[in-house]
Amino acid sequence: MRITFAGNYHELSFKYKSVMLSINDLRASIEGKEILKGINLEVKPGEVHAIMGPNGSGKSTLASVLAGREEYEVTGGNVVFDGKDILEMAPEERAAEGIFLAFQYPVEIPGVTTINFLKTAVNEIRKYKGEAPLDAAQFLKMVREKAKLVSMNDSLLKRALNEGFSGGEKKRNEVFQMAVLEPKLAILDETDSGLDIDALRIVAEGVNSLRSPERSTIVVTHYQRLLDYIVPDYVHVLYKGRIVKSGPKELALELEEKGYDWIKAEVEAVG
Amino acid sequence: MSNETIDLKTRLITDFHAREAVMNGEASSEFHQKKRAGLALFEQLGFPSIKHEEWKYSNVRDLISVSYDFNAESSIGLTELEDLKVPEQEANILYFVNGRYNAELSAIISPVGQITISSLADAYKNDPAKVASFFNELTKDANDAFTALNTAFAQDGVFVHIPDNQSVEHPIILRFVSDAREKNVGSQPRNIISVGKNAHVKLAEAFRTLGDQRSFTNAVTEIQVAEEANVQYYKVQNESENAYHIGTTQVRMLDRSHFYAGTVTLNGKFTRNNLNIVLDGEHCDAHMYGLYFPDGSQHVDNHTVADHQKPNSESNELYKGILRDKSKGVFNGKIFVRPDAQKTNAFQSCKNIVLSPDATMNTKPQLEIFADDVKCSHGTTTGQIDEEALFYMRSRGISQPEAMSLLMFAFCADVVSQIKIDSVREYLENVITQKLASK
Repeated sequence: MRITFAGNYHELSFKYKSVMLSINDLRASIEGKEILKGINLEVKPGEVHAIMGPNGSGKSTLASVLAGREEYEVTGGNVVFDGKDILEMAPEERAAEGIFLAFQYPVEIPGVTTINFLKTAVNEIRKYKGEAPLDAAQFLKMVREKAKLVSMNDSLLKRALNEGFSGGEKKRNEVFQMAVLEPKLAILDETDSGLDIDALRIVAEGVNSLRSPERSTIVVTHYQRLLDYIVPDYVHVLYKGRIVKSGPKELALELEEKGYDWIKAEVEAVG
Repeated sequence: MSNETIDLKTRLITDFHAREAVMNGEASSEFHQKKRAGLALFEQLGFPSIKHEEWKYSNVRDLISVSYDFNAESSIGLTELEDLKVPEQEANILYFVNGRYNAELSAIISPVGQITISSLADAYKNDPAKVASFFNELTKDANDAFTALNTAFAQDGVFVHIPDNQSVEHPIILRFVSDAREKNVGSQPRNIISVGKNAHVKLAEAFRTLGDQRSFTNAVTEIQVAEEANVQYYKVQNESENAYHIGTTQVRMLDRSHFYAGTVTLNGKFTRNNLNIVLDGEHCDAHMYGLYFPDGSQHVDNHTVADHQKPNSESNELYKGILRDKSKGVFNGKIFVRPDAQKTNAFQSCKNIVLSPDATMNTKPQLEIFADDVKCSHGTTTGQIDEEALFYMRSRGISQPEAMSLLMFAFCADVVSQIKIDSVREYLENVITQKLASK
């Protein structure tokens, strides 16, 4: 049985404050190769965590494993989200529970319009929660408001999902979908890749407009520049499948300045 | 060759001679002479085996292993047809039950006058010379046993004649119903469509089966497309698990004409469609869209020909298939560019999704180009559903079955959207949605 707390969310929020996402000694591999070698991370409601690290450190793997990508085999540890172990859940169940992954490479799906895709998604999630589907008028009204919020051009909604979209349009579409689905936890996987500075700013503004005390964000990025716009509460450095350093937002600036080599050296020194 | 194979062939030949014996003077008519030639060709060719290059992947052994009643009566009425219906729209609707025209069920709404829309049998009664002059004109060089057999036994079907500069406002929908509730039935409809200069028409052939016994349909449609005419022709097969269907559509296009074909096979035990288009004019464009959707042990074979005989024309082809279970699909697309046909553009594409390891798809593009200044391309793909797209959709909360349905519907959409008769397109969308949801 599913219990929903309608109306008294704020009274309960103190409980969520304790922890929203708890990743404990998470290990995952692909094709027999271990990529995540014991990740530990806690995210509380409203927090923004940046995951940084050199290429191949496992950043995108972590994002994928949280969203439920099936190519990865979880070999150890657990992930508790809102009190539930999500590792046994299908990707669609995780989405319905409130986890959203903004893709590094959003997929083009010819023949399915963005609007139809989102309507299906919204109503499938509502079904999961035991809520009645939105009718066409309610849905359209909601979608228009959200499109405005993240500066998404209405005309893109009627086009096939991401088909022929520019890099910036694709990323903006990710943020727009996030606005529509209103997740509790948004994971942005290299959202800055392939964007020029203007597109980056627009996308970041979209993400910022969705920040709230209840919504948490994990920003996966190689570069510091996205963090100029989406300012994190914490920065974690992932290297060789482990979080090797955590710190306040200033850590990102330090990485920008000094690169990753000093971190690598530190890790190797410890052995 | 088994004894039973000989049986069906022999039985058909005997049947032909028995009919001929009671024809009196009619036997000497031009119409009958053409039928007799058809029989002679069928007798010479016999049913094809898989050694025949054109039938390599489609074995008719099972089809010809039993006998069929080609003269079966049917008491079918509107009530029984209710669930076989295509949604209504204002259209000329002609019903053929077990191959024969049923006037009571049909409604021809286009004004009677210069335009002829009638059953072949009625048209022949009214004007035998005219019907005979069109009959088997386009298919006379076909070296195909089933076409010859149809020619020999052609009795009924539709006869459409549209004079120059006339247009048929309402689509013409032909519904072929096999009533196989009591026994194995066979039918050999013959459709003759002649579209005059600058005339326009949309027509659809819809094949359905009632009942669980076997049905065998051997259909031939001849379509003449005169200068500047515009013809949209759709064939929809949603038959039973025991339905065998062989069909040939033969088209001849003249200068500056436009022809659109959509062939959609939703259900049927064994289906072979031949779509042969001769571009016998300059500045013509021919479009061929196909969709097939077999499951279980169904077999769907599409053979197409775009025969460019004159310069400056274009053909464009897109066939798509989704194969499930142990089904088999065949696609053979021929493009001929004759020596005179310079500046031809010919494009062909066949894309398939194979959803089961036991399903197979055989594709064979076949280009024979005898002119040097042409643009031709072809491509075939056969693959599984796009896993990345599936994960993307699931990560947004869409369940796996729903995501699969959406992706497959989208895959079908660029063929279905080409169908310009609204009621037929909506019907297809509904049936495809249901079919996708059923697994």
